[in-house]
Amino acid sequence: MDSFKPKFFATSTKGENAELLVDLNSEYRDRRKDAVKRVIANMTVGKDVSSLFPQVVKNMQTEDLEMKKLVYLYLMNYAKSNPDLVILAVNTFVKDTDHVNPLIRALAIRTMGCIRVDKILDHLCEPLRKCLGDDNPYVRKTAAICVAKLWDLDQERAIENGFVTMLQDLISDSTPMVVANAVTALAEMQESSATKDVFVVNVAIMNKMLAALNECTEWGQIAILTSLAEYKPLDSKEAENICERVVPRLQHANGSVVLSAIRVIMMYMRYIKSEEFIKGLIKKMSPPLVTLLASAPEVQYVSLRNINLILQKRPDILQNDVRVFFCKYNDPPYVKREKLEIMIKLCNEKNIDQLLSELKEYASEVDVDFVRKAVHAIGRCAIMIDEASERCVNVLLDLINTKVNYVVQEAIIVIKDIFRKYPKRYEAIIPTLCQNLDSLDEPEAKGSLIWIIGEYAERIENADELIENFLETFLEENSQVQLQLLTATVKLFLKKPSQSQEIVHRVLQTATQEIDNPDTRDRAYVYWRLLSTDPQAAKAVVLSEKPPISAESSSNRISPGLMDELINNISTLASVYHKPPTAFMGNKAFSADAVRKAAVADARDEEQITGETMDSPSGGAPAAKNAMADLLDLDFGSSEPAYTSPPISSSKPVSNNGPNYSADLFDMSADMPSNTGVFGGMNNMGGMSGMGGMGGMGGMGGMGGMGGMGGMGGMGGMSNPPAQHPAPAADPFGNLGTFGAPPQQQKPATTQSSTVNDLLDLF
Amino acid sequence: MISAFFIYNQKGEVLISRLYRQDLKRSIADIFRIQVISNTDVRSPIITLGSTSFFHVRHENLYIVALTKWNANAALIFEFCYRFINIGRSYFGKLDEEAVKANFVLIYELLDEVLDFGYPQNSETDTLKMYITTESVKSERAMREDSAKITIQATGATSWRRSDVKYRKNEAFIDVIESVNLLLSTQGNVLRADVAGQIMMRAYLSGTPECKFGLNDKVLLEKDPSNRRKSSNTVEIDDCQFHQCVKLGKFDSDRTISFIPPDGEFELMRYRTSDNINLPFRVHPVVTEIGKSKIEYKILVKANFSSKLNANNVVLTIPTPLNTAGVTCSVSAGKAKYVPAENSIVWKIQRFQGQSEFMLTGEANLTAMTHKKAWSRPPISMDFQVLMFTSSGLLVRFLKVFEKSNYQSVKWVRYMTKAGNYQIRF
Repeated sequence: MDSFKPKFFATSTKGENAELLVDLNSEYRDRRKDAVKRVIANMTVGKDVSSLFPQVVKNMQTEDLEMKKLVYLYLMNYAKSNPDLVILAVNTFVKDTDHVNPLIRALAIRTMGCIRVDKILDHLCEPLRKCLGDDNPYVRKTAAICVAKLWDLDQERAIENGFVTMLQDLISDSTPMVVANAVTALAEMQESSATKDVFVVNVAIMNKMLAALNECTEWGQIAILTSLAEYKPLDSKEAENICERVVPRLQHANGSVVLSAIRVIMMYMRYIKSEEFIKGLIKKMSPPLVTLLASAPEVQYVSLRNINLILQKRPDILQNDVRVFFCKYNDPPYVKREKLEIMIKLCNEKNIDQLLSELKEYASEVDVDFVRKAVHAIGRCAIMIDEASERCVNVLLDLINTKVNYVVQEAIIVIKDIFRKYPKRYEAIIPTLCQNLDSLDEPEAKGSLIWIIGEYAERIENADELIENFLETFLEENSQVQLQLLTATVKLFLKKPSQSQEIVHRVLQTATQEIDNPDTRDRAYVYWRLLSTDPQAAKAVVLSEKPPISAESSSNRISPGLMDELINNISTLASVYHKPPTAFMGNKAFSADAVRKAAVADARDEEQITGETMDSPSGGAPAAKNAMADLLDLDFGSSEPAYTSPPISSSKPVSNNGPNYSADLFDMSADMPSNTGVFGGMNNMGGMSGMGGMGGMGGMGGMGGMGGMGGMGGMGGMSNPPAQHPAPAADPFGNLGTFGAPPQQQKPATTQSSTVNDLLDLF
Repeated sequence: MISAFFIYNQKGEVLISRLYRQDLKRSIADIFRIQVISNTDVRSPIITLGSTSFFHVRHENLYIVALTKWNANAALIFEFCYRFINIGRSYFGKLDEEAVKANFVLIYELLDEVLDFGYPQNSETDTLKMYITTESVKSERAMREDSAKITIQATGATSWRRSDVKYRKNEAFIDVIESVNLLLSTQGNVLRADVAGQIMMRAYLSGTPECKFGLNDKVLLEKDPSNRRKSSNTVEIDDCQFHQCVKLGKFDSDRTISFIPPDGEFELMRYRTSDNINLPFRVHPVVTEIGKSKIEYKILVKANFSSKLNANNVVLTIPTPLNTAGVTCSVSAGKAKYVPAENSIVWKIQRFQGQSEFMLTGEANLTAMTHKKAWSRPPISMDFQVLMFTSSGLLVRFLKVFEKSNYQSVKWVRYMTKAGNYQIRF
């Protein structure tokens, strides 16, 4: 035998199927078995061996269990392509379900359920009924899952034959594993059932499940815990009791059992009134969460994403544990990234020094992406904790002095934010920043430094020289930098008119005549017009006070509605992505459920959404609508007054969505593990929602484009995307005519476009 | 909820493919190969393409991949992948491409058993081994009699133990193995120090023994200050997990660890503590960069444990810059040499007596580099084993065995502390 083994995967020269055919018909058992093995090997590598169907099935009638399993495996794969021949196998199946050996009985019923051919179904019901009542628990637990398989194919038949009722009875079975599988099957059926009455967890069922919880396998425990989460406790006392029964699971060695238990506890906390009890639960949850960090990196990753969620819901958890989240040198990048996020969330006045020295340490590591995130984190700490901002700035200055190119660039980007949070506090460091002018090659870093120069033009003696320096390459720059340069030059002019009249003139001329990007060009026109008609108004607009920024950008914060949904999904994919399940799943799996959930979400978010937005063509796709609702929700919770100011949001809600929708796309690309996948999903939604045009285009047009779109859209519907789309090219002069709106309304618009830019860039 | 399960080799060839659900086709396997295996920049173990999510774990030269179209329990899927790896290792010794190719039939059998319709079923190796075996030929009658027993066990409350175990001499061995994790800052401050402990048990006990196990700690999960008695012989455990044989409900109510052990070796308990850690080694590094062409090393290591004990296989890995041309060093014990492939000086000391200290002095000569980027100074890492020593101070107080037949049993306890992530920044 041994010498044959490698041959299973070897490629033969020609007519392999013919060769196999001969062997399958051989009179020798060993030869036949080898042939079946080779068939399976071919199947594995993706070769089509369906033509051998009759010959393989002939070998099904055997006492050799291994052989039988192989044939069954073949059957499961190819039954669909040979539905007529499957009938050959039925007899053996039915006979096997009567076999004295329980293993064979179970195997037969398990396999039959996987053969999705109508002809088999006709013969499945009788054996299934028998197996559900089998006196061997192993057969019963297999039959329980088989009911779910049947349900998936033909719900009617499952109900008519009374299998659903039989399954419900199995919840009272004496063997814990049978209970667990019955729960698993029922829970799945409930999801796809139209009437939602297959599995309603009531007090009696809940008690039975709790009783089985202690004794079934780890996987069974997860199934039960998942279904427990569906139960709505009657009062606080009951919720407390259930939590007490679930708490011991936190000590389980399997991380997914722990997370499933945490989900139940987090959900039940909503019903518990006693603050004392909740405190106790939180205390008990902390150590197991920390312990999850000792598991395999992939499990750690899932845990960290969930810890991130739990921290947002219950900031009091893990307060003293920031150290355990310090990165190990050899953690995989995805774990380091998540740990960093959590460190920032746990950062407070007490641990900031420790954290800063740790972050500084990371800034000297090799992984560029991680280093940048660490530098960025320092900036976020500065914005979060006022008292520590000076220490953070000093660390950033130290890092700038290392002259490592990407560290310097990232540091400058975050320093711009610090300037926005604490205006006029750290002007003294501007000269240091300006020293690094030449090493900047990324648009974002350049844009940030230019913004700082423009904002503090009156304090920087040679501001005009610096701007001049950047202007040399004005035409080659990325549109984002161009926009910043434009604004900075105008600021400079307004602050020091004597020095820079010539510059501003030149810039506006170049921007309006030589640049094709409508955003840059249009902004130049706006400035020009503003400056020529009323310089005082221009001053009021361009040099107006900026709204302060908060540590977390609006796109990073999770709305309460979404948060509740994510808590209900702890440990699942949704909790990893921090997105509702509908955002990444095909609609068909939960279609009925999705509608229900979307309805709930809509109702919840109603007061936050203007009527017109609801009416916007959403293509009737509940999934998209749900996602949109969440996005809008994020949007309106943002810290920017421009967005919520009534004239803009009510007059043009659709164009208003533009930047935020895209903002979210970008946020996802930064946050989510998979660019392609997410984009795929989002595009899908965009297409259905009818706003996809905007969002998608904004995404393609790049950051600058989006900022422009948001701002302009509010003013006069000039939301034409950048050049890729041959939408009617807006004639800037024509549009200028529509600027009948008073300057106050333009003011938020101009500041906003840079604000949006900044936020997008940052978070 | 696992829709399909694949195993790939490093080239992206499918070695095992098993579909559990009809919501996807086998051709989806190609998508994973294109998007993940041939993609050099994969930054997450979970990837969602369209509405299909791919979960992957790398092991040896394999990709273990589970697919789902659902909002599946992500933690469960990864735990399952690792469980599968463990089962494979227990069956084949090593789960790599060769083992998978040679045993693909058995792997299909296992996959059929451990997952049904995408839901994990019994994954206890001991039980699986009873009815999924490499030697498939068995006499018919024996098979029939066995299978009734097997199925009861596979679904029963003690699915991990056969009822008919018999030994002439009843023995139980307990190994307390602690991994010390340390992160020491450049200034010599302890940034984090914790112990991840493991209590391994080898039980060779007849019948269905009920065991009770006690440690020198009250396992105070709630760190209640009023209960805290800081006497030297108790240990405060932050958190612990148990093998599924331990009755968690009982532990939660009165803190007793009671269980019916599986036969043979298993991990009874894992624990974590960060309180009062005795660090077995202190390292004082002085590393100075002299100009651009030379780095001077002075590394002092001191053993903190009792002089009656010895540490074995002590290894210090001291990083050197990428542009190191050569290293000269001398040590007061053991052997040190420069390993260019690892960019480090590896210093090995076979036997390290407690309370003693050793010194390495050396110089690394650097070649001129064109780019100016400063050396990132990765931490010094250390490896060691100290027998009969626990960093946490944990001790086994008792192990009681109760069985119907009331036999006498012999128990043995061993302790070992080894290095987990023992890193010293400089």
